[in-house]
Amino acid sequence: MPVFFTQRQIVAPGDLLAEGNYNLGNNVYSIDGKIYSSVLGLAEIREGRIITVIPLKGCYIPKVNDIVIGKVVDVGIASWLIDINSPYTGYLQVTDALSKPVDITKIQLRKFLDIGDIIVAKVIAFDLMRDPQLTIKESKLGKVERGSLVEISPVKVPRVIGKRGSMISMLERELDCEIIVGQNGRILVTGKNKARELFAVRLIKMIEKEAHVTGLTDKIKNIIIKAKKEGVI
Amino acid sequence: MKEKPILLNEEGLRVDGRKLDELRSIEIKVGVLKNADGSAYIVQGKNKIMVAVYGPRELHPRHLSLPDRAVLRCRYHMAPFSVPERKSPAPSRREVELSKVIRQALEPALFLEMFPRTSIDVFIEVLQADGGTRCASITAAAVALADAGIPMRDLVAAVAVGKIDGKIALDLNHLEDQYGEADIPVAMMPGLNQITLLQADGLITIEELKEVLELAKAGIMQIYKKQKEALKSKYIGSGEELG
Repeated sequence: MPVFFTQRQIVAPGDLLAEGNYNLGNNVYSIDGKIYSSVLGLAEIREGRIITVIPLKGCYIPKVNDIVIGKVVDVGIASWLIDINSPYTGYLQVTDALSKPVDITKIQLRKFLDIGDIIVAKVIAFDLMRDPQLTIKESKLGKVERGSLVEISPVKVPRVIGKRGSMISMLERELDCEIIVGQNGRILVTGKNKARELFAVRLIKMIEKEAHVTGLTDKIKNIIIKAKKEGVI
Repeated sequence: MKEKPILLNEEGLRVDGRKLDELRSIEIKVGVLKNADGSAYIVQGKNKIMVAVYGPRELHPRHLSLPDRAVLRCRYHMAPFSVPERKSPAPSRREVELSKVIRQALEPALFLEMFPRTSIDVFIEVLQADGGTRCASITAAAVALADAGIPMRDLVAAVAVGKIDGKIALDLNHLEDQYGEADIPVAMMPGLNQITLLQADGLITIEELKEVLELAKAGIMQIYKKQKEALKSKYIGSGEELG
């Protein structure tokens, strides 16, 4: 069962990755027991048997239970249309937004959410036949009142989160702010200290740019420590 | 029509000094356009072509969307200044046809079923033309699609093979195309050894066609290597400075 790449080697679509009985991870496909990459990305073998490619670019495709950060683009009769940075527009029904049943003939939906509002939402249904259905009826979800919004490429989201949330928890701890990462590549940073909040935004942009660097968490941590020492933040 | 020029000299070299089985010089740059999701720029001999890819994105008008897969849309367009005599910027019959042909050459390589109800748009702008633009367009479009992060079975590479003064020649330029006996554009997914485009214009025997396909395959392999180098170099070392 030969493997034709070294760990984290850059591969292009159509590159032969391996032959034999391996499990298929993301962004690979197989023909006659041969496994090929389907995107431009970094090839990896996990647990000695799963072959996967981490893409370098790509759009966000919704998945059920994903937390996303969206922007209201339209207000309908009983729902809102939400831009979730994806080829598919999300929709939020009144019943998924308000805790009490309301008479939609009497109330103005714009009073709750208006065009341009930012919300943190969760995908509750999406099957490629219909647009993704969102909810904001859980704790920590809902309209965003303050903070800074960063937009990064959706494929870099796992890097910002880090291994088991290592990167994000380090940022939160060191910069004393709360970070909500939407799987669609939008990240909300809220902190008591505005300078630290903006510093976190800059660091997230940097993580996106240097996503391929190994030991990035430590590097970012050192930058924060240095900035703190110099009294910048 | 002007008098037919000599396409092959006594030494067996072509009008631009190439051997019969020699490609024009090819240079591919990736990610040249900031606002496109993926882009590529190819210089093949005197051809200069820019390709932009957008998507998968929401399709407008909506009724054109397909419930089970993405729609691939291609626009091949020649700039008015791309040829010696000014070309009207309106899409000509030829451009409409080439758009379709290029779309059909690229379609088998894409996993369109992964993005139902969306569209993937490919814009091909020929800035300077010197024969074989459809093949160069396919080569560059495949690179731009990969740069956009769109899942593909393989890259698609293309080259035209033709017959000039009775001999089979690789990668025809405009003069050879115009005065040669045959012009056969071939596009392939080289890794999978599948042909996605095969056209033929002119007269050729079956034996010659076999020779043509062999030569095309050899040329496509060289182009395929360049495509991969271009894609990978964008992310390795100083590749960032390209474009």
